[in-house]
Amino acid sequence: MSQKIKDATIPTIPIGARIQRWVGRNLLKIYAFIAFTYLFIPVAYTFAFSFNDSGKSNLIWKGFTLNNWKNPCGAPEVCNALGNSIKIGLIATIFSTILGTMIAFAIGRHKFKGRSTSNLLIFLPMATPEIVMGASLLSLFLVLGINPGFWPTVIAHVVFCISFVVVTVKARIASLDPRLEQAAMDLYANEFETFRRVTLPLVAPGIAGAALLAFSLSFDDFIITNFNSGTLTTFPKFVYVSAARGIPAQANVIGSAMFFLALAIVIVGQLANRRKVR
Amino acid sequence: MRKIRTPYLLLLPGFGFLFTFFILPIINLAQTSTQTKIVGGDTGQYEQTLRFANYLDAFVENKEQFGRSFLYALLATVLALAIAYPLAYAIAFKSGKYKNVLLVLVVAPFFTSFLLRTIAWKQILGEEGFVVPTLRTFGIISESTTLTSTSFAVVMGMTYNFLPFMTLPLFASIDRIDPRTLEASGDLYANGYTTFRKVTLPLSMPGVVAGTLLTFIPAAGDYVNAAILGNPNTKMLGNVIESRYFKIVDYPTAAALSFTLMAAILILVTLYIRKAGTEELV
Repeated sequence: MSQKIKDATIPTIPIGARIQRWVGRNLLKIYAFIAFTYLFIPVAYTFAFSFNDSGKSNLIWKGFTLNNWKNPCGAPEVCNALGNSIKIGLIATIFSTILGTMIAFAIGRHKFKGRSTSNLLIFLPMATPEIVMGASLLSLFLVLGINPGFWPTVIAHVVFCISFVVVTVKARIASLDPRLEQAAMDLYANEFETFRRVTLPLVAPGIAGAALLAFSLSFDDFIITNFNSGTLTTFPKFVYVSAARGIPAQANVIGSAMFFLALAIVIVGQLANRRKVR
Repeated sequence: MRKIRTPYLLLLPGFGFLFTFFILPIINLAQTSTQTKIVGGDTGQYEQTLRFANYLDAFVENKEQFGRSFLYALLATVLALAIAYPLAYAIAFKSGKYKNVLLVLVVAPFFTSFLLRTIAWKQILGEEGFVVPTLRTFGIISESTTLTSTSFAVVMGMTYNFLPFMTLPLFASIDRIDPRTLEASGDLYANGYTTFRKVTLPLSMPGVVAGTLLTFIPAAGDYVNAAILGNPNTKMLGNVIESRYFKIVDYPTAAALSFTLMAAILILVTLYIRKAGTEELV
């Protein structure tokens, strides 16, 4: 009897209804797949065209070659611009991470007069459009008689990176269990020792994440850089300026390489974190 | 005594820096905005005359670009919210053990320079790309319709570029929702739609507010998308400010426009936050 019902019920669901049911159940997953495709189309395009045997202007597919990857400095301006971007990024990251971490500890760990004003001062640079920040800094430099160039660009980058460092590190500090520090104190560690051997190691992943964020913000910045760098070329600036006559394929090589490098760093970081948790 | 001083000592270097290179420039910008050209002076020479009519002139002259900046930013924000919400929801509730991997994938496109990606869109949507010929073959767009150099392309580019800024805060607040509250809603005979409207959406409001702000603010001041994907008729305020600075060397107008843009954004943001009723934002 039960055998009969089973046989009878299963084939009666028509294939169309079954597809409909499957789609209904997995609608969100299908949607996520489409959304990720959308996110990655230009990345894939950039990667694909890094293999284009295109010569100067990388607009139309002309044939496959590995030469761009073998010789990423084949277009000399590209590497010069890349070098500037890395230098600016590293210096701006170091300064903004130090200054921002100090502010994060002050706001996250202490109660003091003017704490909400401090929070506002951190929020303001994030609420200011890049173009206003870039233009206002440029007019200050002009008034002071400082020519735009390398150091003005570094200063501008530190300004917009600090807030993001503060927010990132503050979030990490807020998630700490205060009992760990109390335990250290109970075990006769003084304040400095507690900070160095308990607090700092616990906050370190947050600081590392903030530094990574600062570097990628600095490396990818165009608007503020464009205002304050004068004749100095950075990688985004090079891409923007050469966009009109076509970008050399080497720029695509560098863009793709940065993509894979950053992805590798993130994955290694995640794996290391997972091992520690275990 | 030492305890009281510690936070101030920690704040001093950073805030000293921010004061010098963020607050002072803005004060200086305000000062520049009321200057006028020195009679008989060279290009780029201005003197302080406290001419507040600069603001009115700058606004009247560029009211189209003004409106466009806010319209495009608004459209891009709404589109990004519509695209990012289901995505963030899917990552938070449906991704299982792949949650971290998918989060990395949301940020990953960031690592390729955003300019390269914007230019990639220009070429993908351009005449030599594969999208336009395909759409024409199927008769979806006519032979004369183009996708690049249109306001459509500018808004699409902005939506694309700011999507991660929308997705991450949305994910952060949706991920915090206890799935049991959704089950409880179902147990009380709410259907899927009611559960979403009465439980999920209100609980994710902080993410919606943070995401829309993080998208709207940079979008309103953006000029790169309009410069690469647009045409002269899609110019935004950012484009005007940029050309006033570099091509025309008209600092007062540029300063007045920058200041108006910032003030308009701050007012909108304040109204919006008050309306949305979220206190903890940063």
